[in-house]
Amino acid sequence: MNKLINDPSTVVSDALRGIAAAHSELHVDHENRVVHRADAPVRGKVGLVSGGGSGHEPLHAGFVGPGMLDAACAGEVFTSPVPDQMVAATKAVDGGAGVLHIVKNYTGDVMNFEMAAELAEAETGVSVVSVVTDDDVAVQDSLYTAGRRGVGVTVLVEKIAGAAAEEGRPLAEVADVARKVNANGRSMGVALTSCTVPAAGKPTFDLPDGQMEVGIGIHGEPGRRRVPTAPAAEIAEMLVQPILADLDFTGGDGVIAFVNGMGATPLLELYVMYQEVATLLSKAGVSIARSLVGPYITSLDMAGCSVTLVKADDELLRLWDAPVQTPALRWGR
Amino acid sequence: MDAAAVAAWLREFARLIAENKELLTELDSAIGDADHGTNMDRGMTAVLTALDGAAGTPGALLKRTGMTLVSTVGGASGPLYGTAFLRMATAAGDADSLDAEGFAKVLRAGLDGVVARGKAEIGDKTMIDALTPAVDALDAALADGQPLGEALRAAVRGAEQGREATIPLVARKGRASYLGERSAGHQDPGATSVTMLVAAAAKALGA
Repeated sequence: MNKLINDPSTVVSDALRGIAAAHSELHVDHENRVVHRADAPVRGKVGLVSGGGSGHEPLHAGFVGPGMLDAACAGEVFTSPVPDQMVAATKAVDGGAGVLHIVKNYTGDVMNFEMAAELAEAETGVSVVSVVTDDDVAVQDSLYTAGRRGVGVTVLVEKIAGAAAEEGRPLAEVADVARKVNANGRSMGVALTSCTVPAAGKPTFDLPDGQMEVGIGIHGEPGRRRVPTAPAAEIAEMLVQPILADLDFTGGDGVIAFVNGMGATPLLELYVMYQEVATLLSKAGVSIARSLVGPYITSLDMAGCSVTLVKADDELLRLWDAPVQTPALRWGR
Repeated sequence: MDAAAVAAWLREFARLIAENKELLTELDSAIGDADHGTNMDRGMTAVLTALDGAAGTPGALLKRTGMTLVSTVGGASGPLYGTAFLRMATAAGDADSLDAEGFAKVLRAGLDGVVARGKAEIGDKTMIDALTPAVDALDAALADGQPLGEALRAAVRGAEQGREATIPLVARKGRASYLGERSAGHQDPGATSVTMLVAAAAKALGA
């Protein structure tokens, strides 16, 4: 295992010290492993809290700042944070208008955020609403699974709901915007290599050269099927077709198309993929209104990518275009 | 059994988790995210510290254990084991000691807590697949008039059978459920660690 670390057991706290050193506009509560806006709480604004296991950077701490999240809780690598952290984050960003929890649909994350919302409400009376993201079409959504995983759409939910909160909209409306993005978003991913959790010291799964895993999540959990590697055009088809089969993306005001890197895939290849995705969408009669290309929700050092589409309307596009000032997303003023 | 006996049970559980940390993580890497051993070991190590010098009733120790696990484990195991111990604490109440039936009630309250928090059913390939037959076997053996030691050994056999029975199952809860049919053929890590909880009880309380 070749990694730029001091010790597997201090990776998360060391990285948080790095975030504090690099970004003076953020405040890091090292004891609770919470990163929040230095100016939190913002009076009268709905506070946005997210969080999850570490290893997906820049998600979530890289999205803390004006126009996006107010706070992010960092768990151990690929492990949900604990309720104490979420309670501390919720208290830190409560500006009197309530707090929205954005939770990726994983059993642990959902249960810990559930306990945290109960505790925070009981302790301070703050109103908490939770929105769970579940956009991964690789997972069959049925009574017999934990439901679809929350993956790429989480980035877009955080950006768009963050813009709605910045406009001063009330908690119920900000939550509705978040749910709308999730309901209109679908994702699918592929891994070309496994990833290595520092504490485990070896790859999570064994993927021989020349093979790839289709339908992976963001934790090195194996996907739905293993197939031989293929040209980018074919891989794009394997990702885009299940998304288009799951939701009608034609019409409306177009889609936000997001090609995400899993951590170890160069931007050069992500643009090759984006070109193939754009071609497929054009053939399918889906127009692209906005795009995002880069590693924004990663899986440590996994190679591969995911594709996320969100069907947009005027409102969502306006909120997408609104200014955002975070370490990882930054535009407008 | 008094608070010292409950503490001995928790210490033995912590020892088994530490000893089998790699095994648990390995089982988890096959169908989950390769952290069950690390997370449980971190939590039980914190419990050991919390138990140091702790006095009081069995219920107080169980509550302290539950709070510590909720605050240190994360993942799904934190809320599940945490809720289990918190419910056990409630069932133990203020009593200074528990008899065999009292302990069986405490363990069943823990099981009910896991079911309530995780919303899983028997056969979903989770920790309740091992904990349910263990608690059932404990109740049945005590009702049969067997002494606690014998009854706990029956509970361990129940847990072990339940744990083995998770191998062919297709997971319907948790991260393993994302694998669909590919989750079959692997032993569930949560069923494995909870079997250690029962085995620890037999060793520490069943003499």
